[in-house]
Amino acid sequence: MIITIASGKGGTGKTTVATNLAVSISSSIDNTPVWVLDCDVEEPNCHLFLKPEIYTSEAVGVPVPKVDKEKCTACGKCGQFCEYSAIVALKTVPITFPELCHGCGGCSLICPEGAISETKRRVGMLEKGQSGDIGFVHGRLRVGEAMSPPLIRAVKKFVFKKGLTLIDAPPGTSCPVIEAIKGSDFVILVTEPTPFGLNDLTLAVDMVKQLNIPFGVLINRADIGDNRVSEYCQAEGIPILLQIPDNRKIAEAYSRGMMIVDVVPGLRETFMDLYFRIKKMCGQQHNEEA
Amino acid sequence: MKKPKELVVISGKGGTGKTSLVASFAVLAKNKVMADCDVDAADLHLILKTNIRHREIFKAGKRAIIRQKDCTGCGLCLTNCRFNAVKMIQEKKGEKIFSIDPISCEGCGVCVHFCPQEAIDFPENVCGEWFISDTRCGPMVHAKLGAAEENSGKLVSLVRTQAKKIADEHGQNLIIIDGSPGIGCPVIASITGADLVLVVTEPTLSGEHDFKRVISLTEHFNIPAALCINKFDLNTSITERIEKEAQEKNIILAGRIRYDKEVTYAQVEEKAAVEYNSSQAGEDIKALWEKLKTIL
Amino acid sequence: MKVVLTSSGESLDSPLDPRFGRAQKFILFDTDNNEHQVVDNSQNLNAAQGAGIQAAQNVSRLNAEYVITGHCGPKAFRTLQAAGIKVIVGVEGTVAEVIEKFKAGKLTPTEASDVEGHWI
Repeated sequence: MIITIASGKGGTGKTTVATNLAVSISSSIDNTPVWVLDCDVEEPNCHLFLKPEIYTSEAVGVPVPKVDKEKCTACGKCGQFCEYSAIVALKTVPITFPELCHGCGGCSLICPEGAISETKRRVGMLEKGQSGDIGFVHGRLRVGEAMSPPLIRAVKKFVFKKGLTLIDAPPGTSCPVIEAIKGSDFVILVTEPTPFGLNDLTLAVDMVKQLNIPFGVLINRADIGDNRVSEYCQAEGIPILLQIPDNRKIAEAYSRGMMIVDVVPGLRETFMDLYFRIKKMCGQQHNEEA
Repeated sequence: MKKPKELVVISGKGGTGKTSLVASFAVLAKNKVMADCDVDAADLHLILKTNIRHREIFKAGKRAIIRQKDCTGCGLCLTNCRFNAVKMIQEKKGEKIFSIDPISCEGCGVCVHFCPQEAIDFPENVCGEWFISDTRCGPMVHAKLGAAEENSGKLVSLVRTQAKKIADEHGQNLIIIDGSPGIGCPVIASITGADLVLVVTEPTLSGEHDFKRVISLTEHFNIPAALCINKFDLNTSITERIEKEAQEKNIILAGRIRYDKEVTYAQVEEKAAVEYNSSQAGEDIKALWEKLKTIL
Repeated sequence: MKVVLTSSGESLDSPLDPRFGRAQKFILFDTDNNEHQVVDNSQNLNAAQGAGIQAAQNVSRLNAEYVITGHCGPKAFRTLQAAGIKVIVGVEGTVAEVIEKFKAGKLTPTEASDVEGHWI
């Protein structure tokens, strides 16, 4: 089962929910292997809390064109084809702009001379590790790099079908977020009860509805604002999965990179219960027994 | 004619109070244009109460669509697509029906070009909408990206270009930009060529980590940066650590804002923190703004 | 000799547009007969990425030897260079004034782009 934790607005507690849910389940439910995939490759933070031991690290690249000057006849077909201006053919051999290339492979397919092969351009690093019983994978986008979806796709290759995979998505509703959420069984949308939280939640709800994935809302710092988020969920028939009250202890534990289930009594059980309810909503049976 | 200055407020990590801060700057600054470049989750209009006077559709990229009546089901599109956007939706008695998932389609045109039946259309894609509005704090350019759409970087560039155009036409000497979180495509589009980037962070391990990433981004693009720590009193030792790191990198320490629940109450009442009675954080923001004016 | 200038209007009295990829208009000027032609760039004006590359491609079709503008980013510069077009940056004034300066040999081509990409 794949559960993705997402939010329209940043800083609402996505990473806190993902990591604490992982720890609660892996420490309490036997025979449920848990993986955490941090797909917020621009600003990955799960490792700060799970503190995994990283055992492999590899570069992730996108295929970009390489022109063989001997074979090229400067016909210009590659340049006319490219939708991204990543290969430009003037009167001479084409020049390439690898940072604009999406890696579709069109130019090498279209070249009548077979003069275009592909090489890799590094967009970031993929790191794999282990934190207690929790399997851990994250991507780190190279600074200055604009293209995160290929790296997110690389991280998502580690989706573990049999156990539980928790995906920490980037904030927002645009392409990297879609890439992270696609293929999930359930999405937890984390928000806070403020006008910004509500506005961004409605955008996130539109997005998840388009992807046609079941979802529910978790309201973090539930007592800091007003009731408009709850009222919106009720009016729209969206389940409110959990409300976590504002708590100075939580904020301080978070600031130091501690797990909040370790400082708030009973929270571990609350997260376990959340998991079981989500499983039920997805129509799956509990399999606590081996 | 003098080129208007561009101040971009970004945060690396989301939820550090960036938009609340920008709303306060909007109230404090004189003779400026506002631009909300957080097109993915635009919130500034909630505080500044926009009165839209111009709106335009935003088109970017293209999307491939199979014309089912002309498709013979050869499946070449599925073989050629690198983005797993082509799906076989039906197969019975040897007849295959293919369709392209608009959400996965990158708009590269490979399937369109190589379709032996020329059965794939390739129209321009409507990704969102952008607006020019009047607010109590002057003109503002903002946008809304359609749910599940890409090209947010392009929309950001468009919003900045329009804000600049307004400033050029009406003689405003400052553009205040609300940037987006992260370090990827929309952030790069928000900050390149700007005069000053103000990084807002919070004293947490995540805030510190993301601050380092976002600062290497401003370094990479060679843009002057200033730092402001929001809720600095949540963890003063991390605050000091971040400020020390910033000083070593020649980043201007522009100010600290204390943790103050009034900031949230102000937002609930759809006001900027500096407009809210007796907010102490509001006083910190005023001091921060005075400092920024001297830097700009 | 033909030169392309970025212009904010259609007449020679218009100020030079400091942007290359997103210039309002291009003015193609022939120094041999002092004739000029206005080339629209509106398609690129609203393009948000690759505008410089697209503009450079369009300019290369005009058979000009020089591009005179305010600023030129790295991608546009590389494209113009590949097309064998020399680039002059950092120029201000009306199109007519700039042409006079150019004719008087007061402008020299740049060896590199002068601004970061995405400059708007």
